[in-house]
Amino acid sequence: MSQHPTQPDNSRIVRRLLLTVVGMFAFGFALVPLYNVFCDITGFNGRFNDGQAAANTKAVDTSRTVNVQFITRVNKGMPWGFEPEVRSVRVHPGETKVVNFLARNPTGKNMVAQAIPSVAPGEASLYLNKVECFCFNQQPLAAGSDTAMPMQFYLDPDIPEHIHTVTLSYTMYDMTEKATPDALAALAQPVN
Amino acid sequence: MSTVVGEMDHNDHHHHAPPGITRWLFTTNHKDIGTLYLWFSFIMFLVGGSMAMVIRAELFQPGLQLVEPHFFNQMTTVHGLIMVFGAVMPAFTGLANWMIPMMIGAPDMALPRMNNWSFWILPFAFAILLASLFMEGGGPAFGWTFYAPLSTTYSSDSTALFVFSVHIMGISSIMGAINVIVTIMNMRAPGMTYMKMPLFCWSWFITAFLLIAVMPVLAGAVTMVLTDKYFGTSFFDAAGGGDPVLFQHIFWFFGHPEVYIMILPAFGVVSAIIPAFARKPLFGYASMVYATAAIAGLSFLVWAHHMFTTGMPVFAELFFMYCTMLISVPTGVKVFNWVATMWRGSMTFETPMLFALAFVILFTIGGFSGLMLAITPVDFQYHDTYFVVAHFHYVLVTGAIFSIMAAAYYWLPKWTGHMYDEKLGKLHFWASLISVNVLFFPMHFAGLAGMPRRIPDYSLAFADINQIVSIGGFAFGLSQLIFLWVVIKCIKGGEKAPAKPWDGADGLEWEVPSPAPYHTFDTPPDVYDVPPEAK
Repeated sequence: MSQHPTQPDNSRIVRRLLLTVVGMFAFGFALVPLYNVFCDITGFNGRFNDGQAAANTKAVDTSRTVNVQFITRVNKGMPWGFEPEVRSVRVHPGETKVVNFLARNPTGKNMVAQAIPSVAPGEASLYLNKVECFCFNQQPLAAGSDTAMPMQFYLDPDIPEHIHTVTLSYTMYDMTEKATPDALAALAQPVN
Repeated sequence: MSTVVGEMDHNDHHHHAPPGITRWLFTTNHKDIGTLYLWFSFIMFLVGGSMAMVIRAELFQPGLQLVEPHFFNQMTTVHGLIMVFGAVMPAFTGLANWMIPMMIGAPDMALPRMNNWSFWILPFAFAILLASLFMEGGGPAFGWTFYAPLSTTYSSDSTALFVFSVHIMGISSIMGAINVIVTIMNMRAPGMTYMKMPLFCWSWFITAFLLIAVMPVLAGAVTMVLTDKYFGTSFFDAAGGGDPVLFQHIFWFFGHPEVYIMILPAFGVVSAIIPAFARKPLFGYASMVYATAAIAGLSFLVWAHHMFTTGMPVFAELFFMYCTMLISVPTGVKVFNWVATMWRGSMTFETPMLFALAFVILFTIGGFSGLMLAITPVDFQYHDTYFVVAHFHYVLVTGAIFSIMAAAYYWLPKWTGHMYDEKLGKLHFWASLISVNVLFFPMHFAGLAGMPRRIPDYSLAFADINQIVSIGGFAFGLSQLIFLWVVIKCIKGGEKAPAKPWDGADGLEWEVPSPAPYHTFDTPPDVYDVPPEAK
């Protein structure tokens, strides 16, 4: 009955379109690593190049002072106490500073936690270098004990002129369920 | 009902529609499936509309009167989901099924069995979604945008049902889109070159590619929500190294092209109706095609204008601001072409034309408020206020929905074989036009004054404005019952429609009798001399 002049090759087009659908589904998931890479490169969203920075060899620029503020919070349902020893410090770009953060586990059980940093403005995160930080690792804390956790950082002297205040925020998450062997080993040792 | 058998058509000597319910269940006929889509979308329009009535009833006065805040949130969420995925998108798919084969001189859609599937899974998707409202803990209450962590950490247990229903809707849309693309690429009648296709086919062709590109991304987003909530992954959970802002990027990478999926076919409808009632060929056919393609391309570069307040770097805000504003150039080309088509035309104002004219004016108002929202610094004021609600209802209700109404009136004689009641049609139009503006225009002012969206209660200062808006809302809702009446009346009887009831109309669909026979163009027409809108 239907005598179409050219026998249409539907299946070839359908195959290609289905392939595109599968590809776009995969692309949706590929956005996850792409986003992380993008954020690391650009400082988008206040995320760091998370790793440890090289030791400070930069010259100190005493002509400028930047106010670095610290904000701490614990995730919903996380019972720990967590706060910085000082709320803010004024530093010259290139100058190395150490700030202690105090954590307390008021519960009756051993726990492991990890702090996740975020920097505002996002642009500044590219210039905030951490030589040493508790946030690099999970923090084990025995029941009822507390600890002071050091964070050593410096601001890259290339930090743009218009940045006068940098806010570094940490959120503490309960990682007891996902603790690394290192953290568990530390907990297993006697408290003294 | 066997009203679709043509009387003198050369095709009707075989294949009458089979009787009974099985005709609809097992049908592979593009006209039957188009009808199913259109009725389904109208039912969903009424369901989603009654949820809007609940919202407006609660907001009629400040304070909490009728519903709990949690139920109010479910109403805003499901209203949005139903209107987007259940009303607007299936209505356009229905129009595509009915009209595209007839417009390009094809006997049916290219993949008729898949066509049957793509419709029949839809009622299940919405049954699942609506059933979730009756579950313990309620249905989805996180807004149709289902931002994490609202949809993960803080959502009700029924979220899995929401996820599966969105999966099914997505599969249905993708199958529909594949069908449209294959049909247009392979089934055009001899001589029907791409640049002779009616703009409705062009706009749907481009829309179908958008669907193929972004519906899988939506499927990915809901899948990540599902695994974050139930299987311990951390795509959007900072505790596990994820990021809730990432959700917004993925969602709006789908979401922005989605708004063009809902408006490009509307452009196609209006580009068919305005030339018919201005009795002039469409001005600038080729520029219309290129403008549609340009809008579709740009739609992938603007998603983060929904996220200006998430703390993006200034550079990114500027990039997305300028790209967004760039979209107004091809859109402006289209509006200019519609106006130029009417210029010195012999215009008459039957109901389809009235809806098309209202579309041009009111969609443009929605476009302008969109431009205001695109300006990054002022978006910080407008974000999440009723100004946004006013904006997207102008482009979706007076834009997409009005164009669907226009299309229904325009093609009803072709579908039913009867003229609709012009008096009732005009009553429906004027009632809708006045009430829709009473409904949505004051929302601009409420938003500018700072009234937040998605909140069941508000400051006393907004009481008067909300009362006016609610009255407009009830009137608009009731007006749509006139439409139902017109359609039923038109199906049951009325003045006999000729093959071409609109003397200025152009295109192959008017060359078959009214009502269109069950099978049309079994023998492809010769269209070397009929360039529908490109004369």
